Amino acid sequence: MEPNDQPEKPVISTKVDAFFLSVYDIFRFISRFFREVLRPPFEVQEFIRQCFMVGYKSLALISLTGFITGLVFTKQSRPSLAEFGATSWLPSLISIAVIRALAPLVTALICAGKVGSSIGAELASMKVTEQIDAMEVSAINPFKYLVVTRILACTVCLPLLMSYTALVGMMGSYLDIHLNEQTSITAFFAKAFANISFLDLFSSFFKSVCFGFTIGVVSCYQGFNASQGTTGVGKAANVAVVISMFLIFIEEIVIVQIINSIR
Amino acid sequence: MKTFTPEIDWDDVVISIRGLFKSFGSNHVLRGVDLDLHKGENIVVLGRSGTGKSVLIKIIAGLLKPDAGTVNVLGQEVPALGTAELRELRLKIGFCFQNGALYDSMTVGENLAFPLKRNDPKMTADQRRRLIDIVLDAVGLSQTINQMPAELSGGQRKRIGIARTLILRPEIMLYDEPTAGLDPITCTEINDLINEVQKRFKTSSIIITHDLTCARTTGDKIAVMKEGKFIRKGDFETVFSDNSDELIREFYDYNFTQ
Repeated sequence: MEPNDQPEKPVISTKVDAFFLSVYDIFRFISRFFREVLRPPFEVQEFIRQCFMVGYKSLALISLTGFITGLVFTKQSRPSLAEFGATSWLPSLISIAVIRALAPLVTALICAGKVGSSIGAELASMKVTEQIDAMEVSAINPFKYLVVTRILACTVCLPLLMSYTALVGMMGSYLDIHLNEQTSITAFFAKAFANISFLDLFSSFFKSVCFGFTIGVVSCYQGFNASQGTTGVGKAANVAVVISMFLIFIEEIVIVQIINSIR
Repeated sequence: MKTFTPEIDWDDVVISIRGLFKSFGSNHVLRGVDLDLHKGENIVVLGRSGTGKSVLIKIIAGLLKPDAGTVNVLGQEVPALGTAELRELRLKIGFCFQNGALYDSMTVGENLAFPLKRNDPKMTADQRRRLIDIVLDAVGLSQTINQMPAELSGGQRKRIGIARTLILRPEIMLYDEPTAGLDPITCTEINDLINEVQKRFKTSSIIITHDLTCARTTGDKIAVMKEGKFIRKGDFETVFSDNSDELIREFYDYNFTQ
């Protein structure tokens, strides 16, 4: 017997149906991640390799961006504070700005661009050249090997990179302050951390974990579900970056609101 | 023609497909496919592009789910299998993709070692190396062990793809267009390799192709697919002795009279 020949009618409209189906698909993708992440065997070697790719390979870009962010922010803030004779507040101002907001956001945006596009394109090209199917037919779980390791690496490495960005940003700021006020590094960091609370550090780490997870999930989902041949590879990389950045800003707003209500 | 007589066990069916249907949206790709593959037999599925040949073997390997019909492989109903059982079954099925589907980021040796490491973690590096040498020797590419897939020719990639499936010692081989895009000499080498695999590793195979030379050289039986159904099955002579069907006539004329 031939199965039903009638094409399925959309529930609302084709586009709206497709949107809700893709949302459902993403939730299934995330729930599969949580199921697979706890189930042995653990792909430790691939996880370490991915940490190297996400973390170590991003250090140069993060160093440059973090340093310049700290330096420029200090230079831009100085005239405003100088008007009130409050340049001594610069270390506190910079540390609050860098640790609370700039370091997590700058790190996440850079990683969304660099790591997100790379993961999206890599997995998409594996998909369109049937390498993922080849794993499947070799009795290897491609989700565990490719997706779980990459999402975990992003989630683990983003907080570490964020800490590094904060440190480098503070060093950039110190350079400018030292050149203008001849402040010692000890005095600078003493002033900088005087107004930083545990909640500030915790919120930054928490934000980075969320951002890392988001970048990992979005880019892996786009790559793993790529189609349309080589065009799909470019599209997956592009969409991975755009959606990651969009979600990072949304998460930033939500987390800041929550933290401010606790503070 | 085949240069040897394969040992086919006509009483032992390794793949049995009945009433298989598969559609992608409004595109009805398979429309009631029936097929039996016996132990030690090579069946060539011939047909024009887009008639559902690759879909058929992807359903056999459990990569796609059928809409209707039964797919019994080595006594197990593939669409009904759970993830763990399907993985177990896949160890007995070798799937050779059209372009080799080699992992770009790994050398040839790593490509071959990868399925072994994942499926038999207790195997020592020496044991793995010995198996890799055996399969590379079987496909005649021992010298490529340290090369990256990008450094290989199309024919070499396909051979390494075959080697990668052989390393798990499958009982069934599924070849997706093994000679597509290759020059005639490389095609002959691949055809000989498919026969060599059947003879040496005692595999049963389904070979998807639209190359009649490949079909004649490697197939013990030919099944011609048209619009999602088999329109003729039998040995090469039987299938092509009657050219009343337009597709059969066109295939024969295109391949042998040009």
